[in-house]
Amino acid sequence: MKLELTSQQKDNCSSFRAFVDEEIVPHADRIDREERTPPEIIQKLANKGYLGAILPEDWGGTGMDAIAYGLLNEEIGRGCSSLRCLLTVHSMVAHAILKWGSKFQKEHWLTKLASGDAIAAFALSEPNVGSDAKAVETTATLSGDSYILNGQKKWITYGQIADVFLVFAKWEGKPSAFLVEKNSPGLSIKPILGMLGVRGSMLAELHLNNCQIPQENLVCRQGFGFSHVASSTLDLGRYSVACGCVGIAQACLEACIEYTSKRKQFDVYLKEHQLIRQMITDAIANIKAARLLCYQAGYLKDSGDPKSIMETSIAKYFASTIATKVANDAVQIHGGNGCSSEYPVQRYLRDAKIMEIIEGSTQIQQITIADYGYQEYIFSQNRSSTSQELVART
Amino acid sequence: MKAAKDKIKKFLSQFFGDRDLQDDEDIFALGFVNSMFAMQLVLFIEKEFEVTIENEDLEFANFRSINSMVSLLERKSTVLARD
Ligand SMILES: Cc1cc2nc3c(=O)[nH]c(=O)nc-3n(C[C@H](O)[C@H](O)[C@H](O)COP(=O)(O)OP(=O)(O)OC[C@H]3O[C@@H](n4cnc5c(N)ncnc54)[C@H](O)[C@@H]3O)c2cc1C
Repeated sequence: MKLELTSQQKDNCSSFRAFVDEEIVPHADRIDREERTPPEIIQKLANKGYLGAILPEDWGGTGMDAIAYGLLNEEIGRGCSSLRCLLTVHSMVAHAILKWGSKFQKEHWLTKLASGDAIAAFALSEPNVGSDAKAVETTATLSGDSYILNGQKKWITYGQIADVFLVFAKWEGKPSAFLVEKNSPGLSIKPILGMLGVRGSMLAELHLNNCQIPQENLVCRQGFGFSHVASSTLDLGRYSVACGCVGIAQACLEACIEYTSKRKQFDVYLKEHQLIRQMITDAIANIKAARLLCYQAGYLKDSGDPKSIMETSIAKYFASTIATKVANDAVQIHGGNGCSSEYPVQRYLRDAKIMEIIEGSTQIQQITIADYGYQEYIFSQNRSSTSQELVART
Repeated sequence: MKAAKDKIKKFLSQFFGDRDLQDDEDIFALGFVNSMFAMQLVLFIEKEFEVTIENEDLEFANFRSINSMVSLLERKSTVLARD
């Protein structure tokens, strides 16, 4: 066992870090305040090939492995969670098309998504449907050579600027996935403003009123939209969010180290107070643990291991809960300044809280992880009794 | 294909607790496992047997039982051998 990044991965990490410090950090507070992401910043991500991070070079992508993609998410998450959400949803849709799309869909979309010429968004949630995602109420019917979609999607990250949406709807009662272009007849897009966190992520509602799309826009097959398209896509999304959360927590830690080394109370720097040092210790230990869980999930993803799915869920659960805790402590450590928009820690706290809600909330992860725990336990009990039987027989 | 059957059975037994799964038993009739089961099954088959599950393989009939997964693999490996 060797728990160490390769020299290539370390190089990736430093170039991601330098890019984020130079191009993202200086704009992050403004993105949050103005509730929008300037197109030139998205263009910079695109120029670096980051929007095609997970796509193979054959499709114009950067062909990053899961570890490199995780490092990229951590670094962008350290700078600006809104932008990291763009990377998340855009890559999720690119992944869905790469894994489950038709030849036509791959040829039509993948190079555009890789270059950032087209931006993609993921449209699963609805006003009445969140955690129980397979209960989507949006419907699709086949009419001639078109599908007609009816329903409403809510909270769609970067829905205000996306060129194409991966929309989940029931066709003949069976969950199915469709590509819907922004100019499709019958689609209207309404911005959502005033969110608690990731305020620059340009959320939108989609209203599908007899929205007509070509028949070739069905992704995968009827009935496999949830079990295969959404679940493989959400797995990638959870990984991206988990790594992004490590980034948020890291940003909090760095802000606290700096602040406590400069501000004095009771004639000493804050860092001399033991109760402050306790919060710093918790942050350091939690960040390291979360990062290791992300590395492990990434390693399992690269080897195509089925365990990667549950290990990603564990990484997302842990990283998002510790990000909220570390950010909460960071605001505490900054006192009144922590509550002011002059310091970024309040943004980190608001953004971290969102991460406990998206891509399967904390409670949904707890339910799934506990099930997994019982499954593993029963399985290992069976296995040990089988091996005992074998031993007894030989 | 006995080895393939055993591997599939071992993988599935993680999800079906102490049940002794029969080769032709309908796993979908045993009830909903969880939303991540289907993708874990795809990843397991892809990694263990070095095949890629594609759109056209996604028929419930191909994943219904240990036997049906083995026949899917047999078909896919003939296709692979032919290519
Ligand atoms: C900023 C932001 C961006 C988003 N972006 C997207 C996007 O791009 N695309 C998209 O499709 N969706 C998006 N969403 C929606 C997001 O996926 C949902 O908010 C999430 O799935 C939770 O659903 P809900 O909000 O309907 O909450 P609900 O499902 O109504 O849950 C409410 C509360 O009840 C808890 N709960 C639910 N079921 C159980 C249970 N069985 N046991 C215990 N507790 C339970 C939940 O954990 C939660 O705390 C976004 C949301 C936000 C806030």
